[in-house]
Amino acid sequence: MKVRIKFAKYGALRFIGHLDVMRFFQKAIRRAEIDVAYSEGFSPHQIMSFAAPLGVGLCSFGEYLDVEIRSHQGSEDMLKRLQSVCVEGIEVLSVKALPQKAGNAMASVAAASYQVAYKNPEKSFRGYEEKLAEFFARSEIMITKETKRSTMQVNIRPGIYELFIDEEGAIVMKVDASSAGNIKPSFVTDAFFAYAGIKTEPFELQTTRLETYLNAGTAEEPVFEPLDWIGEEF
Amino acid sequence: MKLPGHASKLALSDEILMTIEKPARYIGSEVNAVIKDKEKVDVRFAMCFPDVYEIGMSHLGIQILYDMFNRMEDVWCERVYSPWVDLDKIMREKNIPLFALESQDPIKDFDFLGITIQYEMCYTNILQILDLAQIPLKALERGEEDPIVIGGGPCTYNPEPIAEFFDIFYIGEGETRYRQLLDVYKENKKNGGGREEFLYQAAQIPGMYVPRFYDVSYKEDGTIASFTPNRENIPASILKEIVMDFTDVPYPLKPVVPYIKATQDRVVLEIQRGCIRGCRFCQAGQLYRPVRERDVETLKKYAVEMLKNTGYEEISLSSLSSSDYSALEELVNFLIDTCKEKTVNISLPSLRIDAFSLDVMSKVQDVKKSSLTFAPEAGSQRLRDVINKGLTEEAILKGSAMAFEGGWSRVKLYFMLGLPTETEEDIRGIAELSNKIAATYFEVVPKEKRTNPVQIVASTSFFIPKPFTPFQWAKMCTKEEFIEKAHQTKRAVLEQLNKKRIKYNWHEADVSVMEGVFARGDRKLADVILKAYKKGCIYDAWGEYFKNDVWMETFEECNVDPAFYTTRERSLDEIFPWDFLDCGVNKEFLKREWQRALDEKVTPNCRMQCQGCGAARFGGGVCFEERSGHESTN
Ligand code: SF4
Repeated sequence: MKVRIKFAKYGALRFIGHLDVMRFFQKAIRRAEIDVAYSEGFSPHQIMSFAAPLGVGLCSFGEYLDVEIRSHQGSEDMLKRLQSVCVEGIEVLSVKALPQKAGNAMASVAAASYQVAYKNPEKSFRGYEEKLAEFFARSEIMITKETKRSTMQVNIRPGIYELFIDEEGAIVMKVDASSAGNIKPSFVTDAFFAYAGIKTEPFELQTTRLETYLNAGTAEEPVFEPLDWIGEEF
Repeated sequence: MKLPGHASKLALSDEILMTIEKPARYIGSEVNAVIKDKEKVDVRFAMCFPDVYEIGMSHLGIQILYDMFNRMEDVWCERVYSPWVDLDKIMREKNIPLFALESQDPIKDFDFLGITIQYEMCYTNILQILDLAQIPLKALERGEEDPIVIGGGPCTYNPEPIAEFFDIFYIGEGETRYRQLLDVYKENKKNGGGREEFLYQAAQIPGMYVPRFYDVSYKEDGTIASFTPNRENIPASILKEIVMDFTDVPYPLKPVVPYIKATQDRVVLEIQRGCIRGCRFCQAGQLYRPVRERDVETLKKYAVEMLKNTGYEEISLSSLSSSDYSALEELVNFLIDTCKEKTVNISLPSLRIDAFSLDVMSKVQDVKKSSLTFAPEAGSQRLRDVINKGLTEEAILKGSAMAFEGGWSRVKLYFMLGLPTETEEDIRGIAELSNKIAATYFEVVPKEKRTNPVQIVASTSFFIPKPFTPFQWAKMCTKEEFIEKAHQTKRAVLEQLNKKRIKYNWHEADVSVMEGVFARGDRKLADVILKAYKKGCIYDAWGEYFKNDVWMETFEECNVDPAFYTTRERSLDEIFPWDFLDCGVNKEFLKREWQRALDEKVTPNCRMQCQGCGAARFGGGVCFEERSGHESTN
C-alpha cells in the first residue's frame, strides 16, 4: 500500500537541503519501525518519492512524500509513530493511503502556494494591495529566464493563479509548480517589486510554501486540491 | 496569516547561512542532540573535534564522552567543530564568536572547552578554534572568565608541541576521571577559588597533565636535560587512565545523527579496545594496551537498540583488529540475521582475509563491486619481521586465491615506505608481491570466468616514527629519500609481468615530514605552530590547504630545524619529551622490541605469549586470559 505523508519544515531546519530531508525520512521511518517496502538487490532502499524539492532557506507547511508500506496498524498509529521520531523543525502533519490509480507525488504536483513576508515583524506589504491587484490584472508578465546557453523572455502570467496580500501584510500567491511550468515565487515577487518600485534587502524576506496541489480538474479547467486530497485515512 | 517558526535561535544570520557551503554544519538540531536548560546545570562543557563537521561527527570518542557527560544531571555537554574556511573568513570579519551547536551560545561563556586531538595535522585548527572562540591562545594568558581548555586523544601522548595552548591534558581514556575533575571544579568554585587553584588541584588527579606545573631544561644539543614539576605535590610521572570494566562502561546508545552525510554514516559498535598484535610501527597498538573485549551479549543488545534509536541503514564494527575478537563469529552471524530482517548493511573493516571472513563478506557485500584489502605494510618477509607484522606472503596468496575463486577481482594493498632497515630489495618486494597476486588470479580463475579483469591497487604511505612505539628511536627519512623510494616502487611495478593490472599510488611527502616533526616534537615547536597559524595555516590535514612553503619559512624564522625532530639519530638514553607520561608499556620493553626489530626477530602476540610489556599492572584484559599457546600469528 502506498501512503502519502504530509509534513512541515521550518525554523533551523530551513537550512537543510532536499537530499538531507530524504535521508532524514529514511532514518525516521526506521526509527518509527514502520513496515516499509524495500527494493531488491544488494543495497536495498526504501521505495520513496518526494513531491516538490524545497529550496534551502524556505519554510513549508505543505510538503509531501509517498512511501510504500507492507503492513500497518492504521493511519493514526502511523502518524503518532512518525511524530514521536521527528525533531523540532520537521513535523509530520498527516498520513493518508493512496488509491491504486494515484500517480506518484512528484508527477502529481500541479501548483503550489507561497507566502512571502518580511522577516522583520515591523515591516509589511500593507498599502501595496492595489498595486498588486493592478500587476495581477495584466495579461502579460514577462521575466528573463537565464539558462546556461541563452536568456529567454517568458510570460509567467498564465501560471499565476492567485496573488494577493494577506491580513498580515504578506504576499500570497498560488502558482504553477508542475515540472514543465514551475514558477519560483521569486520570479513573481521580483517582477512585482520592479513594477511597484519596491526595494528590498537581500535575505530580508522569508518565503514559506503553504501548500502543494494536484489538479483534480482538467488541463483547461484546473481544480487545485491539496496533494493528499486523493488519499484517505486508514 | 501568521505562520509559526521562521524565527529560530541561531548564532549565524540567515544571510550568512544562505551564502556559505553546507549551512547544516552549524545549526545543530540533529536527531538525538541533547538539549538541557542552561539555568539548571552547574557545568557547561563544549566538546570539540578540530576539523570540519562531517569528520568530527564521525568520531566515536566524542559520541562516547558527549553521552557520558549528558548522563550527568549537573552537566550540559555540547558539540563544536571547526568552521569551514568560508565561514572562518566571515566570522573573523564580523567578529562573531565561535558557538556550540546545541545552544548556539558562545564557547567563551562555557566552563570547559574539551578538544580531542586525533592527528598532528590539526594543531593549527586548534588555534583556529581558540581564536574564533575569542579565548586567548596561550594558557597563561587566560583569565578567570575563560573556559578551562582541556585536550584528550592519541596526540596527548606527546602533547609538548601544543602544551602552551592547553590548561590540562587528560591522558588516557575519558570515561574514568571526568566526574572527579568536575567535582573538584565545582568545589573550588564554591569555595571562591580561581583558575590557578583549580588547575593545581586538577594536576593532582590521576591522568591529568597540567603543563604549567612542569619545567623543561635543554642540553646544548637541543635534547632534554630535565623535565620536572615546579610545584609541590605535582607528580613527576603521569600514568594513563584506562577503563577496565569495558563491558559495563556507558556506551552511547543514542548517538547524534547528522543531517548531512558524515564520513561515518552508520552505527558503530566498539567491540574491543587495544590490540594483541604489537606491530612495531603502530602507536595505537601500544597506547591502548591491554586488549579488553566487550561481552558479546551486550554488543548484540547494543546493536539492536542503536539501530532503533538512530534509523541508520548500516552498522560497522570498530576495533584495531576485529579478527582477534574472540566471539567474532557469533557476533557477525547475529548481525547478519538481524540485519537481513531489518534491511541493514554490515560493513566489516579490519578483517583478516581467511575462509571465515570471505564467507561473511560474500554474504554482506556485492563481491563484484567490493575489493579485498591486505595491509602487508612491507614488501618482503624480512622487513615484515622487522616491523613484527605477522602477515606472510603465503597467507596473502592463499587468501587472494580463495577470494578470486569466490568471485572477487579487486585487491587493495597497503604498504609503508621508509621503515627502519629498509633496502631496495624490500621496496622491490612491494611490486613483486603485487605481481604475484595478479598472477594468482590468472592461475586460479579459468579464462572463461575472467569477466572482471583483476586489478591490484598498491598504495604506500611514508613511515613516521611515533612516541611509545619500539620505533620511537628510529630515524625518519628525508623528503627526498621518501620521494626517491616512491619512484623506486613505481619503477619496480613497471618491470612486472602483470604491470598493466597493477595501479600504484603514493602519498605526499611534505605532510608526512611535518607530521613527523610534531609527532616527536617538544615545547620549542609551539612558536612555530603559532606563527604558521598567524600566517594563515589552517586545515593542514586537507591537502589543498596545506602550505608547505609557509611552514618551512616559519621554521627558519623561528630558528627551529625540522630535521632535529625527524632524521636525527636518537640514543637509547635520550630523554624524550613524552617520557614523563606512562602509557602502561614500559621503556625497557620498547627498547627490547627495538633491538629485536634490528635483529629481524618477530615477537609473539599477547594471546600466544605475554611479553611482560608492563600493561598487566592495570589488572585485567588479555593479560589475565588463559593462553592456549598455539594460535596462528597471521
Ligand atoms: S602484559 Fe603481556 S599480555 Fe598484557 S598487554 Fe603486555 S604483552 Fe600483552
